[in-house]
Amino acid sequence: MDDSGRFVARHVATLPKSGIRDFFAIVSKMKDAVSLGIGEPDFVTPYHIREAAISCLEKGRTSYTDNRGTQQLRDEISRYVAQYYGPEYNPENEILVTIGVSEALDILLRAVLNPGDKVLYHEPCYVSYAPSVTLCHAVPLPIRTLSSDQFALDPAALRAAWQPGSKVLVLNFPTNPTGGTADRAKLQEIAKFAIEKDLLVVSDEIYSELTFDGDHVSIASLPGMRERTVFLHGFSKAFAMTGFRIGYACGPAAVIDGMLKVHQYGIMCASIISQEAAVEALRNGRDSMLHMRDKYRERRDFIVRRFNELGLPCHLPRGAFYAFPQVSGTGLDSMTFASKLLEQQKVAVVPGTAFGAAGAGFCRASFSTSYERIHEACERIGRFMDTVQKR
Amino acid sequence: MNSVLKLILEGESLDTDQIGKILGMGPEAVERELADLRRQGILLGWRPIINPSYEAERRVRAVIEIKIRPEGLGGFDGLAERISAFEQVESCYLMSGGYDLLVVVTADNLYKVAGFVHERLARIDGVQGTSTHFFLRAYKKDGFIVNDEGLRRDQPSVSP
Repeated sequence: MDDSGRFVARHVATLPKSGIRDFFAIVSKMKDAVSLGIGEPDFVTPYHIREAAISCLEKGRTSYTDNRGTQQLRDEISRYVAQYYGPEYNPENEILVTIGVSEALDILLRAVLNPGDKVLYHEPCYVSYAPSVTLCHAVPLPIRTLSSDQFALDPAALRAAWQPGSKVLVLNFPTNPTGGTADRAKLQEIAKFAIEKDLLVVSDEIYSELTFDGDHVSIASLPGMRERTVFLHGFSKAFAMTGFRIGYACGPAAVIDGMLKVHQYGIMCASIISQEAAVEALRNGRDSMLHMRDKYRERRDFIVRRFNELGLPCHLPRGAFYAFPQVSGTGLDSMTFASKLLEQQKVAVVPGTAFGAAGAGFCRASFSTSYERIHEACERIGRFMDTVQKR
Repeated sequence: MNSVLKLILEGESLDTDQIGKILGMGPEAVERELADLRRQGILLGWRPIINPSYEAERRVRAVIEIKIRPEGLGGFDGLAERISAFEQVESCYLMSGGYDLLVVVTADNLYKVAGFVHERLARIDGVQGTSTHFFLRAYKKDGFIVNDEGLRRDQPSVSP
């Protein structure tokens, strides 16, 4: 009998497993399932980027790198961020290359949170925000966002959710799973509040290149924000490089230095192969990226139209590659809807509650897949809706 | 570019009903667009892409480089059109470089290809010489990797 569970720390033992895991276990055993549950690009990494990785191996460049990442990559990141987002970061001490945004978020929270500190973030949100905060013995404070607001963060809701002891505000625009974005005016209000309450803002902008309507604005570019914002970004979504596991953080030197400590003891450095591929992506990947973005936009328009036709109200996500239809009209909660849909029609969507309580009544459907699959999935969902509505 | 054409060029095997739903038009409208594309000579036809190793057990395929003398008989075009008319000829291109026409042929076996070259091609007035190369093994065809072991087999079907 395995009773090794007694060795597991209390705060880890009580941490709920990601709701996505259970679903993955079922879907992976099912034949002929059409999955709209995939949270990564369906494109293969553009060939010239893969070639940079191959060339790195051919040249025998297989060593560790500087803890912060290679000089070349930090220089390119500095140039890229200044060009497309505005703020200028010094490659020497304000940029850190990480194992994706996941690691960047983790080490950032570990670097800045003391036990009991509070972290504000908008929900529905990426699955790891709350657990990452809990693992730091800190307190997650979710702020509900609404479909009526296209899941943008309402500054009034932020103000209402604030509590004494709040130290960090995590933002993610465009948002996984809702595709919500925040325009300049909203960000200005949020920024004003962050300054008033002396919050450190963590801005996860992993989907920023995949903004379909309007321009993406980084909160780090607003007056007075660069010195209290850590800008997190990576290559997974825009350049279809999920398996490379490569991202970065840009921010004020003292915070980056704190992150560097956690990073150097825990990780040492990101893979040199991924770093070289990332340099190529930043230098020459823009055309491929724009091509993929246009494809996502076309598929978005299709899937959103179909969901609305099928009686699943769905707002037009302004970014990322997820539709977030409301399923509560069927009389089913999101978990039951997703389970029955999988069981009866073999279509996988992710229940909105996997992204926090605010996701109740919704499901996430990724449109990062072929038209053929989206079409087939929608046909099956249509048949499912017939059985649900006849009841 | 025509939206229907764009979609079929992306290589997704969608029927007219599916194309219609994606583009927000009726299947009849899609049929009309396709008929237009045919009329304009843009869309020549449809053909499934078969794994060449499956075909290789039944047919042989060869490319033939042909040098021609363009005088008379309508010049390059006249000769190329005549050669294209043979049913064994799958494709025929006018080329720059060391020879003039590149022709892809298929036949039941090697002897039939040889017969085609000697008895048909070589007898055409204006054909000066041929060089025939047989296909041995295919690695990629029309954009498809032949022995694709599944680039994404380790990809989770649901992920955050």
